[in-house]
Order: sequence, then structure tokens, then C-alpha cells
Amino acid sequence: MTATQAPGKSVGAPISRVEGHLKVRGAATYAYEHRLDEPAYLHPLQSTIANGRVAKIDASRAEAEPGVVAVLTHENAPKLEAVGDAELEILQNGEVGFRGQFIGAVIADTFEAARYAAGLVEIEYEERETDADFRPDRDDLYTPEQLNAGFEPDTSVGDVDGALASAAVKFDATYTTPREHNNPMEPHSSIAVWDEGELTLYESTQGVYWTQNTIAPLFGLDAEKVHVISPHVGGGFGSKGLPHANVVLAALAAMLVEGRPVKFALTRHMMFSVAGYRTPTIQRIRLGADAEGKLSAICNDVVEQTSKIKEFAEQTGTSARMMYDSSNIQTTHLLAALDVAVPSWLRAPGEAPGMFALESAMDEMAIECDLDPVEFRIMNEPEKDLESGLPFSSRGLVACLREGAERFGWDGRNPTPRSERDGRWLVGTGVASSVYPVFSMGGNAATIRADSDGKYVVEIGAADIGTGTWTTLGQIAADELGVSFEDVEMKIGDTKFPNASGAGGSSGITSWGSTLVEAARSLREKIEAEHGGNIPDEGVEASAKMPKNPHRKEYAMYAFGAHFVEARVDEDTGEVRVPRMTSVFAAGRIINAKTARSQFMGGMVMGLSAALHEESVLDTRFGHVVNHDFAEYHIPTNADVGELDISWIEEDDPYVNPMGSKGIGEIGIVGSAAAVANAVYHATGTRVRELPITPDKLIS
Amino acid sequence: MKPYRYERAEDISGAISALADEPEGAFLGGGTNIVDLMKLGVSTPDVLVDVRRLMSDDIEETEDGGVRIGAAVPNSDLAADPTIRTRYPALSEALLSGASGQLRNMATTGGNFLQRTRCVYFQDTTTPCNKREPGSGCSALDGYNKNHAILGSSEHCVATHPSDMAVAMAALDAFVVTHGPNGERRIPIEELHRLPGDEPERDTILEHGELITAVELPPMGFSSNSKYRKVRERASYAFALVSVAAAMDVEDGVVRDVRVALGGVAHKPWRATKVEEALRGEPVSEENFRAAAEIELSEAEPLSENAYKVPLARNVMVRTLSDLSGEGR
Amino acid sequence: MKLECKVNGENREADGVREGESLLYILRERLDLPGSKNACEQGECGSCSVYMDGMLVCSCLVLAGQAEGREIVTVEGLADENELHPVQKSFIEAGAVQCGFCTPGLIVATHDLLERNAKPSDVEIREALAGNLCRCTGYEKILDAVKLAAAKNGNGA
Repeated sequence: MTATQAPGKSVGAPISRVEGHLKVRGAATYAYEHRLDEPAYLHPLQSTIANGRVAKIDASRAEAEPGVVAVLTHENAPKLEAVGDAELEILQNGEVGFRGQFIGAVIADTFEAARYAAGLVEIEYEERETDADFRPDRDDLYTPEQLNAGFEPDTSVGDVDGALASAAVKFDATYTTPREHNNPMEPHSSIAVWDEGELTLYESTQGVYWTQNTIAPLFGLDAEKVHVISPHVGGGFGSKGLPHANVVLAALAAMLVEGRPVKFALTRHMMFSVAGYRTPTIQRIRLGADAEGKLSAICNDVVEQTSKIKEFAEQTGTSARMMYDSSNIQTTHLLAALDVAVPSWLRAPGEAPGMFALESAMDEMAIECDLDPVEFRIMNEPEKDLESGLPFSSRGLVACLREGAERFGWDGRNPTPRSERDGRWLVGTGVASSVYPVFSMGGNAATIRADSDGKYVVEIGAADIGTGTWTTLGQIAADELGVSFEDVEMKIGDTKFPNASGAGGSSGITSWGSTLVEAARSLREKIEAEHGGNIPDEGVEASAKMPKNPHRKEYAMYAFGAHFVEARVDEDTGEVRVPRMTSVFAAGRIINAKTARSQFMGGMVMGLSAALHEESVLDTRFGHVVNHDFAEYHIPTNADVGELDISWIEEDDPYVNPMGSKGIGEIGIVGSAAAVANAVYHATGTRVRELPITPDKLIS
Repeated sequence: MKPYRYERAEDISGAISALADEPEGAFLGGGTNIVDLMKLGVSTPDVLVDVRRLMSDDIEETEDGGVRIGAAVPNSDLAADPTIRTRYPALSEALLSGASGQLRNMATTGGNFLQRTRCVYFQDTTTPCNKREPGSGCSALDGYNKNHAILGSSEHCVATHPSDMAVAMAALDAFVVTHGPNGERRIPIEELHRLPGDEPERDTILEHGELITAVELPPMGFSSNSKYRKVRERASYAFALVSVAAAMDVEDGVVRDVRVALGGVAHKPWRATKVEEALRGEPVSEENFRAAAEIELSEAEPLSENAYKVPLARNVMVRTLSDLSGEGR
Repeated sequence: MKLECKVNGENREADGVREGESLLYILRERLDLPGSKNACEQGECGSCSVYMDGMLVCSCLVLAGQAEGREIVTVEGLADENELHPVQKSFIEAGAVQCGFCTPGLIVATHDLLERNAKPSDVEIREALAGNLCRCTGYEKILDAVKLAAAKNGNGA
């Protein structure tokens, strides 16, 4: 039941998600499920080489197959505009830059006909040598111009080498994180329809305008000629943020059968080659401290991977720049450009792998300094953001560590590894910090209409990828309008609504919510000024853009958190189980206690998954990920998760945005893998610095 | 997938004759493996003869005190059967450790034996694989072989057999009953599956058109003291890294008789006969179990990524035997 | 081929079916029942779970021919027109729904679990639902939802 909320009191309440009744009935319409007449089905042709070109392609057998409507190849593909994005400019020539790249498609009356006929297309390649070997000792590593989200690749404050040389306690170790794939449950899906030079895309996307703004230029169209519709999205975790080539392929195919909708959903296998992934990372962490355990040097030197055809440089080292106090901090990033698929965003790009390394190293350093890992972190708490020099708008890390330690029962922990056992289980506990920036994205606008019956309709092209946007934006609008939640109807997920940024960087509520607050204020002012405080019979509406936040120049803005984990390791088999996890977050004002809890929890478990399961294995001979399905690429099952204790501290931050909220989609995953690794060390005495922590790494 | 003809036979002899002139035809049980392989293009039958509804789905006790299981008995029903649970607990545990509830409902007893390997290269038609395409080469030998065999493999194939149930059946001395063009036969589980040798494309000794119609569990007094232990990378719903099925008869601290089979280590369920020989008549002790396990594993030939399976198999054998002997911690 | 079966209590037929089509495809693309989801197409995630002759199965691995003459119940068949099933209500209330793509399969699987075991323990729930992968929730609220549904059932709701 959704309890009726008093006017102005919606924010913070644990309101059940408004679209839940559709989802539990199977009646929520996902991208592939929009009912359109006579759809055609697409099955792609994917390259089976990693580097070279298509020399010959013979589609005659496929074209002759009953049910086949057309075969799309680089020989008959419509021309795309050159926008400088080789991931998206597909089928413009026969060039192949990675294995699995789209080189064509079969369009047929049924999915089965398309899939079968795709196997009948005969393709000959001119193959070039494959270079897919990710190693830190390559001689062609390079420094990118900038990292994802615009961060500097290399930073240096003070004199790290000097500080390390003179440190009383020195630490130097290298950590690795593997290639990981986002794997939202809903595969990337599109229905593309062309009608008189305009393209409609029913999409599974984290941002309808992100899709519009990416796709329109490729087809030489003004943005408003591309309509994107995406009311419900079955998860994204970053992989549906920057559109991938599957959208372009569907749109190209639909051009060949103008007027007829073309449906294309990736298979799970395809999601391992064309839908983005997290780069593997190699991180050398060096720390120096004085005899009391005060850090004097922090250094993270990162090596990671990108694709030769398109650069993506994950900001892996950035959290080391601001997390702990030190006069000497250095971070560097080097990239290996390989004949591999294009990496992209995966939940907390940068922070997730970066904080695995840093927070594992902090645990090791605490041991070196003979300090409790909670206290060690607290004594190295900085007073300001050392990267920007700005004060923090709020920084709740210490409160999270203290509160978490209390809830978890950390006090009195015996720091000695292998000090506790339960039968054959070795039992240990671990802690790690979490951080995520408060991002804000531009280009937002909203319209709110008031009707004389006291109902309000709020329109903004925002996205709900499972996060709860349908509900939380309604709460924000209702409170600002001073009405009850039930009187507000949200309209999102469609480019027919005002311009909006996407769901990414945990920026959605900050960006969209600030815009709604502004629009609601405008509407109230308008009702007051022009209608004497009463809604006229014909209704009234107001629009607004997202205002600039003047505090952005004055404060550094981050959410923080702390994870506490109990791990059990079977000493005979190396199997790891995590029976309980306690996490506390400081993320400003929580908009919806129910959906927020789910967001935190999902992040924590994705971190647990990174700790114990996830690894995309790339066979360097072929250049593709070989464990490309759910049987071989493991994510946790229900049976892998134990008790999760989640809470947040009250945090009043008037600077981040008008709601006082911080994004929460990513903070949960950051640091949780390190907390697991630290607990495994405490249980076993074995330090695993290479994720994931699978039984083979613990067996002896 | 490749177009095929779907047929239902009236009875077993009809099913067998339906495949007699169809060299590319196959039987369809629950379909949980072959349907996936057909979608992947790994299996390309041109006719599927659905036998699920024409075979027995009964579990009956036999006159000699054993149990006869119809080949169409779903894995979930077999696991839940009270006789199996009390008299052959290793079998029930093995079944419940395999796949998910949905798949166990659909999968049949006969079909479970005939699962193909989960080797990633076998399942990927774009990479060489001797099992899928004889003579094309083994990609796993120098590739991703973390989950592969440590015993009985060949230079042509290092795949493992994925079934949990078959491992328990091997330890319990079960037989499959088959009907084929050449009549009926009874095959011990140990002989049903092959080592790869130079014909890795053949998983079993079954002839084309030979259908598993039943499984027979012989009476074994101590089978009620049996256990299946599976080590996997998740707590549920994952294939075995290593598994052990064992049954033990202990009297006065001495092993009177014992059966041990290993999963996840070879191209077939691996009956650990050396362990059995070493332990019969010996006192129950962890040291003896360890020594016996090490004899069995002395012939292990690990690959580049799976050396961990040797100590893992040893430890799981020791633990399982210790548990069965009452010596477990 | 032509397929006839009973779906959610109604006799349905589909013409022109290719043998390679799965029950899932037929439900979603031919019978206008897109509630069952296609997330892996190989029986590894449970998103396509339906009842076939009262048995919980992955409809992605059921070939068209295997479904002939069978009785199928999908997520769309569990609720009355106006009233959600207690399992469905519990998932909403407990916050067990996020992106919703695994939800229909979990609803059917939970329905099946509670039919067989009215008061499952936490361990039984976690194992029984291990065949239904979820990437959003971390499962904790799903566990809560199942327990809530069990309690509702117990109260005759």
C-alpha cells in the first residue's frame, strides 16, 4: 500500500514505487515490448576476427531463406555522417576493429528466420594480427589527454618520492581488477521505425536525450527528428548510458525497410562484445606514514585498457586524490590501446576499481602501522579536499565509520588473522570506506501543469532504470508544490517531454530534482501573481531550466560511506561466504527511504559480486571474452547473499542542491569489494590483491 | 537455429526406428541442454524425436532390493523421492546441487547423463574445438582452462563432464538400461562415458539411436551412508569446480567398503578406484584418507590454470570421507 | 507448424510457428504476453519462468513442439483483473522490485515455492530462488517479500 502523504511531507517517506503494480503483473512496457504493426526482426552479423577487414560477403543464401526481408552489409548500408566515433559509425566500410563488431544484419519476419539466415551469410576476411594482450610492461602505453568525466590523467601534490624515502612506514603493492561486464537483466533493446525522414526509437536507455543527441548527428538529422521513447528500463549500470552500436544497427536496418518497425535485442552473448564493460586495471599503490600512522605519501599509478577504435579512459586513480590527508599525493594513468571492444561506464567507473586498491592498501598499511583499520582511517581524515583546495560541503566518513563499527560490533576485534574459526570455516571481518562525487549534469528543463481539480502533471525527459525516478521525482515535486504525492503525476522517459540529462554518475536526482524544484517555484509564483493564488479553470503551467548552483565553486561535494563485512572461508576448499554486511552512508537527505535502501543494497551486492565472482576472461588469441554467458560469468544468486544491514546518518547539506540530497546509485558499490578482501585476509592470513577472490586463490 | 523436424514417437521402438535412417537426428528429453546448444549452433540435428512422454517416469523398488528409475523421471522428482533421499542420499544431494529448480523440473534422468561439456570453446562455434569439430584443434589446451580436466585428458580434449547426478550414480554402482537398434543392454555408469582419447567428439559409448530408458541402482547396504560434496564458485547454480560422491561402510573403526567418484576433474565421472582399493580394510583416519586421495591424484596432469584442482580434490575427498566415517570435525 | 495450447486458462493457437521458436518467443511475440522476460535465452537466469502443466520451467528452453497441448500459466495469469495476487503485492510493499525485469520470473517462482512450501525458511527461500538472477536488488528485499507473502497467505489474504 502506498500511504497517503500529507502535503509537503513526501520527501523522506518510504513510498512504494508507483510503477510497481505494472512490473509485478508483467505489464510494464520495456523497449522490445511496444506493440507495433508487422514488426521485422533483426539478427546481427558479428565479426569473427579482431583486426582486419571484410574481404567478401555473400548474402545470397540468406536472402533466399523464407521470411528474410533484407540483408544489411557495408555494401548496401545507408551512409552515416562522419562524427568521429568509430564505435558507432558501423558498416561504412569493411574495417574490423574488434571481434564481435557488427558487420551486418539479417532482417526477417521472425526472430528465428533472422537468426538462422544470419548463419547462412558467407563472409571472408583479410585478417591482420590481433593485439589484445593487456600487460603493464608494454612499450606502447600512453597517457590520455583526459579521463572520463574530464578528470586530469596525472596529478602531483608535494614530493611523493621524497616523502616515501623518508617515511617511517612504507608500503608498496600492486592490485588488479578484471574486465567486468555490466549485465543489466534486460538486454539492450531497440525498436526502430523511420517515417518520412524521422526516426522513432523505442529504446532501453539511461537517457532519452543522450540517445537523441548521439544518434541524430550520425544520420544527419536535427535532434528533434529523432524521437526516443523509454518509459521502463530493465537496468543499465552504465551500459545504457552512452548509446552503443546496437542502436545504430537497428536504425540502419529500419531504413532498408522504411515504415516497418525493426526489433533488435542483444542476446546475452552479444552483451559481452558490443555493450561496454569496465576496463581491467593494474594499480600500484604506494603509501608512506610516520611512526604514529599519519600518512605522508599517497600514490596510485594506474595502467588500464582501451580500444584502438575509440578511447575510454577510466578515472581509476581519482579517489586517491581526495580520500585521505597527506601533503604528498600523486596519481597517474596509462592506457594500452588494443584490438578489443570499446570499454565504457560500469557503476562507479573509477571509484569502484580505484577504491578496491586504495582501501585494500589502507588495510595493509593499518596492519603495518599496528593500528586498527577504522582508527587508522579516522586519524588520516583530511580537513579539506586536497585536490581542489575547497572545503567539503559535508563529509560524513568518520560518522559512517563510527556508526558502522557500532552496528557491526567491531570493537574488541582481535586483529590477528586466523584468530577465529567455526568448524572448518575460518572467520574474519573487514572494513573499507566508500566515496562518490555529487555530480550534476546540464541541459535540464521541466514543465509542470496545474489543473483546476488540484492535480499536477510534471514532465521531464528523465529516466527510471530501476532507480525509482517515477516515484522520487513525484515526491520532490509534491513537496515543492505543497501538495500530496498522490496529486502529482509524473511523465518521464520520452523526448516529447522537456530536455533532461540521463541516469548516470548518480546525478539524476540532483539534476532533475533541482529542475523540478525550480519549475514548481515558478508555477507557484505564477499562480500567485497571475491568478490570485487559485488555479484557473483552464489550468496553468510553468516551465523552468535547472538553475546554476553557486555553491559548486565554493565546496567540494561528495557522498561517503563505510562497509563492514564478515567473511567465512572454508579452509579445505577456499569457498568464501559473506553472511553479513553492515554499511552506513552519508548521502545528504534521503528522498525515499524504501527506494534508497534498495539502491544502496544493490550497489553493495554488486561490490560483493566484484569481490567474489565477476571476471570477463579475454582470450588474447581470439580477442573476445570467452566466458560470455550467465553460466560462466557469475553474478551472485539469492543463495550468495547474507544479512545486509543498511543505514544512513542524518546529514544536512544545504549546498549540494535544493533538496539537500546526494546521488546514491553508485556509493554502495564503492569500497565493498575491498571490505570483503580485507575480511578474507583477516579470516585466512592470505592477502588476495587480484579480484575476484575465487577458491583457486585460497586453496593450498 | 537450423531448421529441424519435431517428432513424437508412439513408443520406444517407434522412437528408435524414427532415428534409424536419420544419422543427424537426436532424441529430445527435457531439452535443457540440447535446446541451448541448438540455439548456439553447436548441435544441429535435422530431426528431434521427443521421448519424454513415452518413457517411464516411475521410481520403483526392485525385487533384489535396488531401485529402478524411469529415464523420464524429472531430476526434481528423483531428488525428492523418499527412497532415494534415505537410501541413496548422495544421489539426492547431487541432483539438488545441479542447475536450478526450473531446470531440474524439466531435465530428465536419462538426459542428465548426456549433457555436453561446458567448455567455453565447445560452446562457441567461432573457436576451434575437437569435440565439436574433430581435427580443428583444442582451444582450451593453451587457453581458458581453469575449469578443465586434471585426469584422463588427452592432447585432443581437456573438457570435463558437467553432470552432478552422474557422479553420484558412478559412486553408487548404477547401470543404465538402453534400447537401441541392436536391442537392449545394461551398461555400468563407469563404462557409459568415455575418456576423450583421439575421439573427443564421442562423449559416451552409446550408438546412434540408442536410447537410455531406465537407470538401475543396485542394492548397496551402506549407500545410506553416502554424501555428495560440490565445490563451486557460487553458493548455488554453478557447475562444479570439483565434486565428490562417496559411500562408506565402517565397522569398528575400519573401512569395510567404500565408493568414491569425482566430478569436475575428467571427461567422465571419475571413479576413484585407487582410493577405494587403498582404503578397504584400513583403519578410519584422516591420514589414511589423505594418503589414499594422493595416490589417486598422483596421475593428475594439471593444465596452465587448474593446478588448484589437485589439492582441492584431495581436500574434498578427505573431508567427505571423514564426514562419512564420523571422523569429521 | 501450428501450436495449440492453453495459456492462462484460454485455448490459444499460433500459426506459422518455426520449430526453433521457444515457448517464450511464442508467448511474447505471437500471443501478446510479454510479461515473461528474455534475459539470457539459455536457462541461466529464470526471467522467463512460467508454469507448464503445473511445473515451473524456463520457457526459453521449451521448444514449440514441447509446449503442444500443454497448459501454460504466465505472470499475466496470476492476478485477477482488479486484484493483485498476495505475492505480487508483497513484492511491491517490500521494495523487492527495482528495474522489474527479473520480477515476473521471480513472482512465478515465488508463487510456485509457496504452493509447495507455505512457510519456507530463509535458507529454503534463497536456494529455491537461486535460479532467478537479479542484478538490482541484492536479493534482501526479495527475501522479505517472500516472507511477507507467506504471512499473507497464512492469513488467508
